[in-house]
Amino acid sequence: MRLETIPNPSAARKVGLPALALLATLGVAMLLALIAGANPFAVLGQIARGALGSKLAILETLNRATPLIFTGLAVAVAFRAKLWNIGAEAQLYAGAIVAVVLGTGALGSPLVLPVSAGAAMLAGAALLLGPVLLKTRLGVDEVVTTLLLNFIMLLFVSYLLEGPMKDPMGMGWPKSPALIPEARLPRIVEGLRLHWGFALAIIAAVAVWVIQTRTTLGFEIRAVGQNPEAARFAGMPVNAVLVKTALLSGGLAALAGWSEVAGLKGHLSSDLSPGFGYTGIIVAMLALLHPLGVVVTAIFVAGIFVGSDAMSRAAGVPTYIADMLLATALLFMVLAILLTKMRVVRG
Amino acid sequence: MSRDSGAEVVLRLDRITKRFGALTANDAVSLTLRRGEVVALLGENGAGKTTLMNILFGHYVADAGSVEVFGRPLPPGNPRAALAAGVGMVHQHFTLAGNLTVLENIRLGTEGLWSRSYAGAREKVARLSRDFGLSVDPDARVGRLSVGERQRVEILKALYRDARVLILDEPTAVLTPQEAEALFATLRKATARGLSVIFISHKLHEVMGVADRCVVLRHGRVVGEVDTHATDKAALAALMVGGELSLPRAEARTPGPVLMRLDQVSTPDRGAAPGLKAVSLELRAGQITGLAGVSGNGQAALAEIVGGLALPAAGQLWLHGQEPETWTPREALARGVARIPEDRHHQGSIADFDLTENAVLEGYRTRFSRRGWMDWRAARAFAEGIIKGYDVRCPGPETRIRLLSGGNMQKLILGRALAPGPDIILANQPVRGLDVGAIAYVQAQLIAARDRGAAVLLISEDLDEIMSLSDVVHVMSQGRLSPAFARGTMTAAELGLWMAGQKFGEAHAA
Ligand SMILES: Nc1ncnc2c1ncn2[C@@H]1O[C@H](COP(=O)(O)OP(=O)(O)OP(=O)(O)O)[C@@H](O)[C@H]1O
Ligand SMILES: [Mg+2]
Repeated sequence: MRLETIPNPSAARKVGLPALALLATLGVAMLLALIAGANPFAVLGQIARGALGSKLAILETLNRATPLIFTGLAVAVAFRAKLWNIGAEAQLYAGAIVAVVLGTGALGSPLVLPVSAGAAMLAGAALLLGPVLLKTRLGVDEVVTTLLLNFIMLLFVSYLLEGPMKDPMGMGWPKSPALIPEARLPRIVEGLRLHWGFALAIIAAVAVWVIQTRTTLGFEIRAVGQNPEAARFAGMPVNAVLVKTALLSGGLAALAGWSEVAGLKGHLSSDLSPGFGYTGIIVAMLALLHPLGVVVTAIFVAGIFVGSDAMSRAAGVPTYIADMLLATALLFMVLAILLTKMRVVRG
Repeated sequence: MSRDSGAEVVLRLDRITKRFGALTANDAVSLTLRRGEVVALLGENGAGKTTLMNILFGHYVADAGSVEVFGRPLPPGNPRAALAAGVGMVHQHFTLAGNLTVLENIRLGTEGLWSRSYAGAREKVARLSRDFGLSVDPDARVGRLSVGERQRVEILKALYRDARVLILDEPTAVLTPQEAEALFATLRKATARGLSVIFISHKLHEVMGVADRCVVLRHGRVVGEVDTHATDKAALAALMVGGELSLPRAEARTPGPVLMRLDQVSTPDRGAAPGLKAVSLELRAGQITGLAGVSGNGQAALAEIVGGLALPAAGQLWLHGQEPETWTPREALARGVARIPEDRHHQGSIADFDLTENAVLEGYRTRFSRRGWMDWRAARAFAEGIIKGYDVRCPGPETRIRLLSGGNMQKLILGRALAPGPDIILANQPVRGLDVGAIAYVQAQLIAARDRGAAVLLISEDLDEIMSLSDVVHVMSQGRLSPAFARGTMTAAELGLWMAGQKFGEAHAA
């Protein structure tokens, strides 16, 4: 078997294959449900209802989508420039730490929210600065450095929560003290459990889209990603563009952690993120790195998580099904994208 | 060369039509090829030559018409069927995998993904190399080979698959004259063995030398078919462009002040490519300085320094009488240096960007944005201006540049470089792959730039081009630069001796 390029893929192929990928994912989900001993259609229905079935469910899904939009944007921005930032998880925690440091009384109202958001972005940006400088100066592979930083960061957070940042009132639990009310993100509508972090995420997505399509920086980022040699020849400061991309990406990922702490949790614990940084990669890839697409795919992915939680409670199928669903969705989608451009021939 | 109009027809294209949107790239094109024959396919940039060959080879599906090989119809859109029928194609842009060896590349696609027997393949490749005069080390990594060697690998690859019909799309555009000669020798061997060849080229002297018959396309249509021995270069050129054509000649002119000066500049060797060896060069306003020489003799290193991509390792670079503090592509552009790069695919353009984006690649910061915001309206107008002014054949400014024919891509790059009215123009192989009409146009543009006071550095392997355009000529060989020769003081033969490196010793001794 070999692959052969298709010069002009038809529209049917471009739309049909991704649709097929989604269908295949559903098929796998039903198979998994069957293996777990439940009625496949009921399981799918419960996932859908759990994600979108009520006002409460929808708000929960949007809440869950918020950090995914930020990390998805962070990844999408970086990958456009072919800067492989796998470290959104670490940058997320950097933002979360800043939210706690500045939000537990160090700063008074009403400045605390904008200042701590800005500081969080700086912290996330700074965290990615090391890997990108190592890449541009010494050619060190950023996949390795950013990935390893994730583990270092998680251990650092554990240390903080066991030591300097431990809540004295926490009855021994490894968590930080709670944020003061002024440092909390208010809800968008009084009484509804959806905080302003979600609105901020949408604004960030639009901003990233505008940057990519309307600004010289966005033009440079796309050029450097597609052909660094031509970009350099044309006078673009390739390394500086990579550094700027990294700052933007790290800052966006940090906002995920910051908004989780300031908007949802109100404190920091080491289980703040169930892998939002990594899931951000899936979100960005499913969106084909389009910033507005990230909003859609983040909500989709969040819906699967939230829906699976609800389904799991009702049908007794383990929530791992959500992870498996996302993994299959990603694999099928990558395959579908490949097959729009290539076909398999025998021989 | 054997030419027998009674010989068996091996290939027949019948009324092939291909449209891309509103553009008709091939319009009812018919063509036959006989055993042992070389047919040259000629035509302006964008005339539809590559498209026709892509249809023949199954990369594109024609909207109408049919292809017959050895009397049997070829299923459309199936390169494997074309290969199986004995059609081999060497593309305008090579398609080898740089990280694999020659042998692995040749085998690639013929064997399944998993089979690993090399002994038979090695033997066959060795035999083909011998028979056709295609010498290349089967275990060398393709990424390290010269352009000429890569092309030999492409041809070997086709022969390895038992091709009886060879399609060569502008095979000589990137070859040195010596490499081209070697290629023609191979073609003669091939036709003597009964292979048939379709040969695309813009270089009419080559066509006159190797082809038995010429088929001329214009705007996708066959406008003429002539026996090579019954025609001449001027007649062919007239057929291609649909009228008389004369190449511009630059009249002598008094040069102005020195705009750029290299003083004893040296750079380190890079693998097999020599670095510069104490090169001193003056580029004067209102003067075209020609740099002759076989490519790979240090021209690339010199172009990098002039274009702002590298600093001299030793020696000085002077610009308008000063040594620039920083020297980057951006600085070069800001100081009025225009660059026409040698490699338009990797350096000159971004394949998946559209024409507008490619047109503003160099000027986006200074001319097509305000405070960091792109002015796409101005950018688009600029691209449209180039498309009109330089006759870039394309569906429109939102076309991705990868879909342009090679020559049209070059015209866009040229328009981009010359638009800001540069003081210094680095033209590195500016007419490579262009048709005769476009060459005349580009050369006229360079002369016009000179006449309004620009200093032009013209790097070319084509001695005729160098001699007809340049006010002064230098020759490069092994990283060394000859003295400047004024227009008309040297014959081609004398320059050839310099190119071979023989004269340098004498100059030093004197
Ligand atoms: N896939 C495509 N989609 C749209 N237009 C195309 C495509 N391929 C080729 N074209 C257009 O068809 C025309 C013919 O292109 P082609 O590459 O066949 O020219 P050519 O004769 O080989 O020119 P050159 O001498 O410059 O290589 C050009 O105008 C080109 O822009
Ligand atoms: Mg072509």
